[in-house]
Amino acid sequence: MTSVLGNVSLKFSDEQSMLMDVARGFLNDKAPTDKIREFLESDEGYEPTLWSEIVDLGWTGIALPESVGGAGLGISAVIPVAEAMGHALLGTPLLDATLAGQLLLRAGGAAQEPLLEEIAAGRIATVAFLDGGDWGGANLGLTIAQDGVLNGSKTFVGCGQEASLFLVVGQCDNAPAIAIVDKADLEPGAVSVNTLIDLTKRTAQIDFTGVRAQTVLTGEPVVAAIRDYRLLGALLTAAEAAGSAARCLAVIVDYLKTRKQFGKLIGSYQALKHPTVDIYCGVEDARSFCYHAAALLSDDPLSHDAEIACRMAKVSAGQTMSYAGDRAVQFHGGIGFTWDCDSTLFIRRGQWSHQVFGDAIHHRKRLASLLLD
Amino acid sequence: MAESKETLKAFQADVAAWMKEHVPADPGFLLPLSFLEVGTEQQLDFLRAWQHKVWEAGFLGMHWPTEYGGQGADPAYQGVVDRELARFNAPIMFNTIGLGWTGPLLLEMGTDAEKSKYLKHILSGDEIWCQGFSEPDHGSDLGAVQTKAVRDGDEYVINGSKIWTTLGNYADHMILLARTDPTAERKYDGLSFFLSPMKVAGVDAVPIRKVTGEYGFNQVFFTDTRIPADTLMVGEGKGWGVAMKTLEYERGVTAGQATGHWMVAIEIDDLINDLRGFERDGAPVFDDPAVRDEAVGLIMEAKALSLSARRMGVPALTSDFPMGLPLSSKYRGTEWSRRMKLFGAAMQGAQGALYVEDPNAHRGGFWQRAYFSNFGATIGGGTSQVQANIIAEHVLGLPK
Repeated sequence: MTSVLGNVSLKFSDEQSMLMDVARGFLNDKAPTDKIREFLESDEGYEPTLWSEIVDLGWTGIALPESVGGAGLGISAVIPVAEAMGHALLGTPLLDATLAGQLLLRAGGAAQEPLLEEIAAGRIATVAFLDGGDWGGANLGLTIAQDGVLNGSKTFVGCGQEASLFLVVGQCDNAPAIAIVDKADLEPGAVSVNTLIDLTKRTAQIDFTGVRAQTVLTGEPVVAAIRDYRLLGALLTAAEAAGSAARCLAVIVDYLKTRKQFGKLIGSYQALKHPTVDIYCGVEDARSFCYHAAALLSDDPLSHDAEIACRMAKVSAGQTMSYAGDRAVQFHGGIGFTWDCDSTLFIRRGQWSHQVFGDAIHHRKRLASLLLD
Repeated sequence: MAESKETLKAFQADVAAWMKEHVPADPGFLLPLSFLEVGTEQQLDFLRAWQHKVWEAGFLGMHWPTEYGGQGADPAYQGVVDRELARFNAPIMFNTIGLGWTGPLLLEMGTDAEKSKYLKHILSGDEIWCQGFSEPDHGSDLGAVQTKAVRDGDEYVINGSKIWTTLGNYADHMILLARTDPTAERKYDGLSFFLSPMKVAGVDAVPIRKVTGEYGFNQVFFTDTRIPADTLMVGEGKGWGVAMKTLEYERGVTAGQATGHWMVAIEIDDLINDLRGFERDGAPVFDDPAVRDEAVGLIMEAKALSLSARRMGVPALTSDFPMGLPLSSKYRGTEWSRRMKLFGAAMQGAQGALYVEDPNAHRGGFWQRAYFSNFGATIGGGTSQVQANIIAEHVLGLPK
């Protein structure tokens, strides 16, 4: 009889290890907290020169095949980079562009190589998926006519203002389809920016009505690719959240080791110690799930085991980050409640990570079917 | 010295064949779920004979040196045996304090004479060991033990009391932490560690009944008990370090145990498969969304524990907190296990109100007993709360 534990493999490649070292080193230099804060209110949310440096490092092509100028390492090699980005609390279009690259690669294959080349070279692409606020819905409300003209709008489009290429999920002839849209074809005023809880993130509502797609992708690979986009989105978010939670833990621990009340360091009180240990254990679990999931991924459609792993990673990391941010504010006391305390960055990241690509309840419900039925 | 997969696979087949032939049938009386609940002579005789048989077959302490009764083999072999013991639901190797803690401790820190004198009898089951650390007034605060050991010629005279002494009423030896110098400036420097005989005058072991209704624990009273001075291990005033080393084996932080098969392994699959037989609202229990959600949470925790054991072997993924995963495994594992068993008891509806002795209790009250019994794991060897302090202080660097 097979175990409900299923696959429990965990591998970590030399490439992943190297990327982890490089990403951590680069981001430690480039994104200290004061620098993050400096650009929170800018349009992009990060230092303008940073994107070209990220492109120069090759991070936009890590998961793309060598045939389009990528590194050919697959999506699993992006996990340590996403974790490091989360640790640095850095937004940037990297995760959006990476996911767009995956969707295009998986749905379009060789025919899309010219666009994949551009994405590998740093063109900012993004996926327009959500119709509204329901991550669990089909999100196929936007229609694509036979002549390629779109009707409908999408919301929470990652880097919607900055992106120059949109992969718009909708339906064509009552079947799931992906319309490839160039920013230049959007109507003036089509993009309106969302005001997000996480100040490092950027999304927009985009009205695609009347826009003609450059290409429309349909068929079986599209269905599988959309499903996998949602799972890979959950996983990259989980890796990012695991990194943010680890950083949040470090900030909490640092404060508990320096702040005195009633004549004692507050870290000596078990009421603060034990929840901090729970955050630590949560961070370790989230990392285990993320790297376990990474070990099960390839460019092929995601397996049953990989789906379970991605969902578990998202549940674990989302809950841990949300809890860590919540406790970060509480444990900093009065100062933690103020805008200028870093705890506010983490509680806001927690609220972002928790919901994006589906919250814990969303994934646990689906895990129940995968594990128990 | 790593063994090839093929060699181990062939060995595993041999072990499985042996188990198939030799794992005893249900003896018709209740067997303990772990070494902590050996409470009757009947259980003791049965388990001692079984351990002896496994050792004779060459399947116990496989990585201990041959001169001390082991097989001098790679530790991977014992791993294979332990997995097969669990897979065949074989009775436990009950002499745990010898096999798991004292044995590896002697191999690491003992003299040749001590190794020769004790190790083989630990493996054969001829000599039973117990542990004298906790005291009535000092449970998890080990540094404060008050039992006194006073040197008198070639002997030490012991006075005091130890509690929660598993197998104390049957044991031949005790690893004993006692205070030899009450005036030491640091309380830890006043402690010494003895390999103390139990079958001598002035030792009284009084069994204690547990929440499960079973026995296994004792309170041990020492009254002017005279033990040979050469049972002192390492040196006077060095007991704290030896005790800490012992706890590493007890908590599974350090490997070297002759076996890990000292409790009936209760896995998440046992829970899920068993609960499928129950109904709720006239439908299978796993049709209920709330039950499903809780089950998913427990499965995820089990998977996380399994993955973290694997992750310990990947240095690049443990470098942020190098001791974090091993130091948190007892805390995580025992607390998860408690919640899982509680769930097993709680999901039975009215049946959950029956206990072991009731003929209609589901599987002899298995989950109810297992849940209660599990507190031995979340309290023994340092409570979960103390474990959380240890993680906070030694992994995260928080102040005491």
